[in-house]
Amino acid sequence: MAGQGTTTVSASFGQFRNVRQAFRRKGADDLVAIEDISFDLKPGTLVSLLGPSGCGKTTFLRIAGGLMRVSSGEVKINGAEVTEPHADFGMAFQQPNLMPWRTVVNNVLFPMELRNETGLAVRQRARDVLKLVGLEGFEESYPSQLSGGMQQRVALCRAIVHQPKLLLMDEPFGALDELTRMEMQDLLLEIRVRTGATIMFVTHSISEAVYLSDAIVVFSKRPAIVADYIDVPLPYPRTAELRYSAAFTSLEHRAGRALGITR
Amino acid sequence: MMQARIAQLIYPLIGLAVIFIVWQSYADLFHVSRIVLPSPADILYASWRNFGLLLQETWPTFFESVCGFALALVIGIPMAVCVANSRLLNLALYPILIATQSVPKVAIAPIILVWFGLGMESKLAIAFLVAFFPIVVDTATGLRETPPGLVELGRSLRASAWQMFWKVQLPAALPFIFSGAKVAVTLAVIGAVIGEFVGSVNGLGNLLLSANAQLNGPLAWAALIWLSVLGVLLFVAVVVAQKLVMPWVDADH
Repeated sequence: MAGQGTTTVSASFGQFRNVRQAFRRKGADDLVAIEDISFDLKPGTLVSLLGPSGCGKTTFLRIAGGLMRVSSGEVKINGAEVTEPHADFGMAFQQPNLMPWRTVVNNVLFPMELRNETGLAVRQRARDVLKLVGLEGFEESYPSQLSGGMQQRVALCRAIVHQPKLLLMDEPFGALDELTRMEMQDLLLEIRVRTGATIMFVTHSISEAVYLSDAIVVFSKRPAIVADYIDVPLPYPRTAELRYSAAFTSLEHRAGRALGITR
Repeated sequence: MMQARIAQLIYPLIGLAVIFIVWQSYADLFHVSRIVLPSPADILYASWRNFGLLLQETWPTFFESVCGFALALVIGIPMAVCVANSRLLNLALYPILIATQSVPKVAIAPIILVWFGLGMESKLAIAFLVAFFPIVVDTATGLRETPPGLVELGRSLRASAWQMFWKVQLPAALPFIFSGAKVAVTLAVIGAVIGEFVGSVNGLGNLLLSANAQLNGPLAWAALIWLSVLGVLLFVAVVVAQKLVMPWVDADH
């Protein structure tokens, strides 16, 4: 998927250099959430940020998405410093964050509406992505009529409807049950093939990280540093059987060691 | 669902019936004077005999309450928008708002009457004054409590300040606006009646006062009951409006 024949594609889509993030606190020392994180994000890859809860993964994702400025260090996407959210970014959050007053299709269309793109073609695109995630026939339902898994699918559609180049996902499947979660993982991999987007995926599940990713950045406990950078050489398309293979387990082991869970 | 609907109607009716039966038997058994406590039958009879008069006097009270309420919406909601989005305006206006609210409306009614005269304008102004506060406070609360996730979503999609207000903040505040409006609409009726009590030439409050002065207990009680029915009907109107404006609320049933 990398270097699709264009001449200007750099080897690296995103660069993170010595990213440090500290929060001011009243009457206490600054809280250092992220000590020093550096890695490269190759175009078209899916990279997971794996770490214990409260380690600064979400903070890092917000920084990459331009929702927060770094205290120090360098954050570049597509060669440009990230200082604010970019039109080419799509975000999915821990909660679906759907608007209860909008129907499913109008929730998906929200990003397009903000750009004043509301034509028939755009509506059709929203219907197409909903079909892709298996929500055909629910276009005119309200979010309150959907299950948690379905709501998260709608949120996924909304994150990709404007065809972003970078998809930032913050534990979007964290609140789902195991079976729905596995379904959503396969769905994400399919979406990735279709859109060709580069994806940064925050998770605290080791197996989820191994199953989805081309590479895993393991965050240490706060203040976060890169505990390990794991290339995942498993072939795509990935299947459920893969989860029980020796290669898969050994990658899980390595991530577990980086997290200090296994020896 | 149908059964639930029927239950919603039947239980209040049973409650009312029980009260009326007890009341009627008490009045009959103890021969209570009609001036002190007319029986439900007396009130019903007086309502029927004076139907035209009651209807005629309902109109001004209805008009004053509805216009006062509407004015409270038109002025209260924009004001809540200012208070919720500007720290400066919040600091400047909120104490004044609370101060005006703690003044008993009965106490300022005579002053308002001096300003606006005995006509409908003064009642409308008092109805507005009492309806205004819950609308501002509830709307401002709703505007401040936009779910942070939706704000974050809007930011990540580079929504402009105007889009953020119009497409996120305001619709998210709708349930709060309506709960303020429900309180306000019943208060508006009370406000109009206060105005009529202090000085007026018509309206249900005025009728109640004059019937009372003539020791016409049944008519005074009839006016009282018409007033409460008016309040209930206006409340129901707001509930219906809410269902029309927010169809998603009942969608999951």
